[in-house]
Order: sequence, then C-alpha cells, then structure tokens
Amino acid sequence: MAGEGEKKPVLEMVQADGADEGCVTFVLHNEDHTLGNSLRYMIMKTADVDFCGYTITHPSESKINFRIQTRGSIPATEPLRSGLNELSDVCQHVLNTFQVSLSITYEINCPVVVQHTSV
Amino acid sequence: MVPVSAGLVHTSDYPGNYPGYDDTWDMQKFQKNFRIDIVHLDESTMEFDMVGIDAAIANAFRRILLAEVPTMAIEKVFIYNNTSIVQDEVLAHRLGLVPIKADPRLFEYRSTGEASAEEEGSEIDTIQLQLKIKCSRNPRATKDSADPRELYLNHMVYSRDIKWVPIGNQADVFADSVIAPVHDDILIAQLRPGQELDVIMHCVKGIGQDHAKFSPVATASYRLLPDITLLEPVEGERAERLKRCFSRGVIDIQDVAGKKVAKVVDSRLDTCSREFLRHDDLKNAVKLARFRDHFIFTVESTGILPPDVLVTEAIKVLMVKCQRFLSELDSTDLE
Repeated sequence: MAGEGEKKPVLEMVQADGADEGCVTFVLHNEDHTLGNSLRYMIMKTADVDFCGYTITHPSESKINFRIQTRGSIPATEPLRSGLNELSDVCQHVLNTFQVSLSITYEINCPVVVQHTSV
Repeated sequence: MVPVSAGLVHTSDYPGNYPGYDDTWDMQKFQKNFRIDIVHLDESTMEFDMVGIDAAIANAFRRILLAEVPTMAIEKVFIYNNTSIVQDEVLAHRLGLVPIKADPRLFEYRSTGEASAEEEGSEIDTIQLQLKIKCSRNPRATKDSADPRELYLNHMVYSRDIKWVPIGNQADVFADSVIAPVHDDILIAQLRPGQELDVIMHCVKGIGQDHAKFSPVATASYRLLPDITLLEPVEGERAERLKRCFSRGVIDIQDVAGKKVAKVVDSRLDTCSREFLRHDDLKNAVKLARFRDHFIFTVESTGILPPDVLVTEAIKVLMVKCQRFLSELDSTDLE
C-alpha cells in the first residue's frame, strides 16, 4: 500500500522459538468472525490438521489470532493456503449456483413471486 | 486419528471425529448436495433457500450483507445557512441516514491520509448533493385558517428537495440515470416563514462496519428449516389440538379409515413456538428439530441495489477476502 507512514500489516506469523513449523499463530488484521469462523471450518475439514481455532483478542481491536497445529512436520502455511483456496472455490460455486437459480427464476416470470410448493 | 481440537470445536464434521468415517472436505460431494432455491424475488425483498452448506459460511454471507457490502451515503455536510429549529449536527445526522440511489460499484473509495485531497472530492469518489429551501408565508391563504399546509409554503423539507449537482464528467457518465434519494417522502426538517436551509452534501462510498448508514439492507437474516416428525399416530381430538399447537398450514387432519389422523404437511411454515410441549399428552408425540444445513435467507434491500445483486456482491466480498490473504501469503513467501 503506497502512502506516507509505515505499511500496515495485514497478516503476521507468530511462532514459538524451537517449535517446528507446524504450530503457528497467524494474526489477521481487520478481520472478525466473518472470515475467522468460515476459514476455521474449512481448515478443520483438512486432513492432518491437529488443531485449528481462532480468537478475537479484544473486541475493540479488529484482529484475530488464528492458530493452526498440524500433524507430522507439515508447515502450517499449507493448510492455511489450502483452506483459503477451498473457501474461495466454495464461494465461486455458490455464486454460480445462485446465478443459475436467478436465471431460471427470471425465465419463469419477471418480476416474480414464486409459489412455494412443499415437497 | 482424533485431532487435538476434538471436543473444543462446535462442529462435529471434521475428519477424525467419527472413527472409520472420512469427513475430509470433498468438493465433489459439496457440489452434488448444494442447491439454492429462490422462493420469492421482487425489487426490494428476496427469500431463498441455501441447502447443503455449513452454518459458518452461511453466517459469513449474512454478516457481509449487513456490514461489508459498500454503498454511497452522505458523509460530509457543508452548512452554509441553517436558521431552522433543527440543530446543525442533528440535521447532518438525519441527512446521512437518507439512502442515496447510486450504484456503488461505479465509484471508488475516497483515499484517506492525504490532506490536500480531503477537502475536495473528485468525480470518481464523490457525489455532490444540494439542499436549498426557504419557507415563506402563503399570500393566498384564507385569513382564519390554522392549517400549516395552507398557511406556509415549503414548511416541510422532504428528501425530494435534495438535488444532485454533477461534478466533473458525472453529467455524461450518469446521463440516463438521475442520482437522488431512494425515497422522496422522507421528512428531514420542518420550517416556518423566514427559516431556510442552504446545505451542500458530499456522498462517499463506505461499508456498514464503519457506520450503519452504509448498510445496503434493511435487514438480512436466515432461519433454519424446522424438522417436525410425529413419533406416534395422533388421532381424533388429540389431532385437532396438535393442529392448533403449530402455525397454520403445518399440520393437516386427514381422514384415514373413518378416523381423523394428523399429518405434517409443511414444516417450513412453522415458527417453532414449541406450544405442544405444554400439553402432557402431546409432548412425547412430536419431535421438533431443525435441519442443520438448510438455511432460509430473507434479504430486504433499502432500495439502493436490488436484493439479488446484494447477495452476489456479498459472495464476491468473501472471495476477495480470501484472495487478499492468499496474495499476502505468497508475497511473504517470496521474500
């Protein structure tokens, strides 16, 4: 980000000294439950993730501490990256499905009040 | 292998929770089971079902709809003359809350931190509006009338009195659409003869997280589809009472071999008041639960953007968030 002053960090990594690369706490700035919870869900569904959780350290600060612990000696950035990619793919699929559903709705009538039929 | 997080997370569908069952994320399975059904759609409201997704992601969409889809709203109010009884700051606050019908996707955020650019806005990030109105006595009013509508001219200041002042090339870019408040009957202030308002307003792009005036939805909410099952056959007078315990249209009485039998017809209509638990003979006959992955979304727009556009933008916002951190990860890796 260009501008005067220091560059504001968006993502930081905090690692305990001596621990392997698999246990890392990421600090995500300007984020809250919106990304935190959905990303936690995607990373928990990843194989070989031993622990995944997030906290909002203080409600007045908009940052989250996101901790990932992996099994084996997999670096923690890998499940983070794959989780972000998969969340992005999920959003893309939701968007496509929504657009398809919209176009079907517009084909039937425009504007529309669709009568709900129970299955 | 049971992960360390077992027992600490609120979900139960992570790999390792159920031994021998692989619960790892499977995109194919998700795509097969996921569907969106649009139930109702008009210019201001939308009701649709999202089935086969987890609560974490559905909630993320709801939170983004409320707080992170950008809109244009009045931010700076330059008061040249205000002799009305409404204080400057109260007037400015009310003006900020008026929804402005301008497509926020055609504008940029105003860059902060540059002192020179803070006073002026450019045509790419600012909309200039003007409110100039003066109340006067109506010369044609009858002598004995006490009705303010007859006695005074311009004594009620409505949002329709807010006029757009195009700056730069906005007159050409927005030639076919007029930028104005969404509703023209919002009462902003009341005046009496001699009082006037002369105000210039700058609209900027913002998100609901910063100030609620930027929120594009009246509200966006979801509920889960109720799951009502009858554990035993309910007949006769019990069936009639059971029908009254639920919302209208949920339970239907059918005639089976001369007896009246209750049947669950449409659990979607139920509001889950759990009235049946107050009746000792009915409380063990029904099981009330909810489908964990069936979300019934209701999105009411304030009129700036149609609700289907809002949902599309919300999904894109979440994608942009993921991409931002992915590029951040890649850039720190390269260092």
